[in-house]
Amino acid sequence: MNLLNQVIQGILLGGYYALLACGLSFMFGVMRIINLAHGSLTVVAAYLLWVLAEPMGWHPLLALLAVVPAMALLGWLLHQLVLERSARLGALVPLLATFGLASVIDNVLFQHFGADTRSLATSIGTLAYDSWELPGGLYVGQLPTLVLVLAIVLLGGLHAMLAHTALGRQIRAASEDADTARLVGVRTGTVFAAASAITMVTVTLAGASLALRATFDPFSGPQQLIFAFEAVIIGGAGSLWGTLLGGVVLGVAQNLGAQVHPQGFLIAGHATFLVILLARLYASGALRRFFSTRRRAAP
Amino acid sequence: MNALLTIESLSAHHGQLPAVRDVSLQVRQGDILALVGANGAGKTTLLRTLAGAHRASGGTVRWDGVDITRMPANERVAEGLALVPEGRRLFAGMTVRENLLVARAAGRRGQWSFDTVLDAFPQLVPKLNAGAGELSGGQQQAVAIGRALMTNPRVLLLDEVSLGLSPLAVRGVYDALRGVMGQGTTLILVEQDLQRVQAVASRIVCMLEGSVVADAPADQLTRAQITAFYFGVQRPDPAPGGGATGSANGEAADDASRAPQAHQTHQTHQAHQAHQTHQAHKEVA
Repeated sequence: MNLLNQVIQGILLGGYYALLACGLSFMFGVMRIINLAHGSLTVVAAYLLWVLAEPMGWHPLLALLAVVPAMALLGWLLHQLVLERSARLGALVPLLATFGLASVIDNVLFQHFGADTRSLATSIGTLAYDSWELPGGLYVGQLPTLVLVLAIVLLGGLHAMLAHTALGRQIRAASEDADTARLVGVRTGTVFAAASAITMVTVTLAGASLALRATFDPFSGPQQLIFAFEAVIIGGAGSLWGTLLGGVVLGVAQNLGAQVHPQGFLIAGHATFLVILLARLYASGALRRFFSTRRRAAP
Repeated sequence: MNALLTIESLSAHHGQLPAVRDVSLQVRQGDILALVGANGAGKTTLLRTLAGAHRASGGTVRWDGVDITRMPANERVAEGLALVPEGRRLFAGMTVRENLLVARAAGRRGQWSFDTVLDAFPQLVPKLNAGAGELSGGQQQAVAIGRALMTNPRVLLLDEVSLGLSPLAVRGVYDALRGVMGQGTTLILVEQDLQRVQAVASRIVCMLEGSVVADAPADQLTRAQITAFYFGVQRPDPAPGGGATGSANGEAADDASRAPQAHQTHQTHQAHQAHQTHQAHKEVA
């Protein structure tokens, strides 16, 4: 029964990872950009919510309504000022640019808010720790369940938007062949900026979940980025539903690892990520090509 | 009648290599203009430069008198200039329906809608939910032309629409294009099939090594003359002022007697181009 309980808790934790990874996966799927500032931007959203909810006393939901459009605007500007310009210079430049951006964000947050950890858990009353009792003595946290449902709704909504709306068609066309998309009238710059804004909406929801269910500090970003990255790779880069699966696999692996050893939480997650990464590289033939190239290069 | 599209001394390069050299043309509403020439003559580059998919290195392109030389491709589409690219370039990950609907992004309203495009290409109706990559070549070409028509173009640029298609599929594509012409849409098409060019076009422009060497009404050029211009056997008359437009009324080449000469000239051009390429590579190096 304890094992089943850990699996359930892992699935619920996976809901948060899926929510966190959703934006990273979406941006990679649409623009082929790995945004290394993703985790730091999630923490920015968490801080914005905290500022409105704690010092200013807004209800967290009201704060969320204000932060979502602000982060969407930030996403638009991020595309226009950083991503588009750096993507023109080659595939590696956006990596460097977003890595630099992450460092700037982390240190600005540290300078402004200090090293104290923050949380919004106290703003939502008992929802932060209430749970439902299931038959067999199993308990399911209400907040983690809401986060999982939010992740499923968000991923489903993104999927439906891409499949059934004019903007979705334009995003997919621009993602597949930007030159040809322009030849049929798609304003690819605007479309990618809109995709970046949508990404920031998902980042805001992930930041809200982080702030409500845990603590965060200015340097929480890189850790969140690693979890998001692992979920994306496990589920398949660019696949939205794969991201949900990846998050769940990562969450279950971490929870089961924690049962084996106190340090097992992180180690089991990283080990699962590495095994699946190597399996994917092997299946694609990349691993064999890498070793055959090294053999040829050896004197 | 004022020209809809005016091209003045247009040049375009692929790296260091000139692909289009000092081309000047005027296209009027309702023209069916065919660009002919050997591989590497610059036809595709000229079309892509007109569509905004390739950067002009010199000269100007005017649309209704407005300079659009630096205008992005998507804005040209919104103005009514659409390209059906060589190789179709469909969005393979999208269905036929989505490939057509995505072209609504241009925002131009007109006679062409989703329904009228399907009327023009009825073979697409049962394939609407199929992936674009799963279609036959002829069906893919129909989608590519239909997608361009969805932008309601005033000028439609067609690059090698018959390339790689069966004769039956080519006939189907041109039957549909006759319907497009009947709607008053101006066409500029690149085509290798000279017989079809003469049957369809109202005007023929021959290109050689990036330059226009002949520009005349289709009914004033014989197949032998076009072939002669095609291979560079017949060169443009040195016009006063150095214009690039060649004579369409020169002596017709006799197929039988000119064939060896044409072949020789073609080889000479190839050698010349190879030399130019080598020189350019040396400069780059």
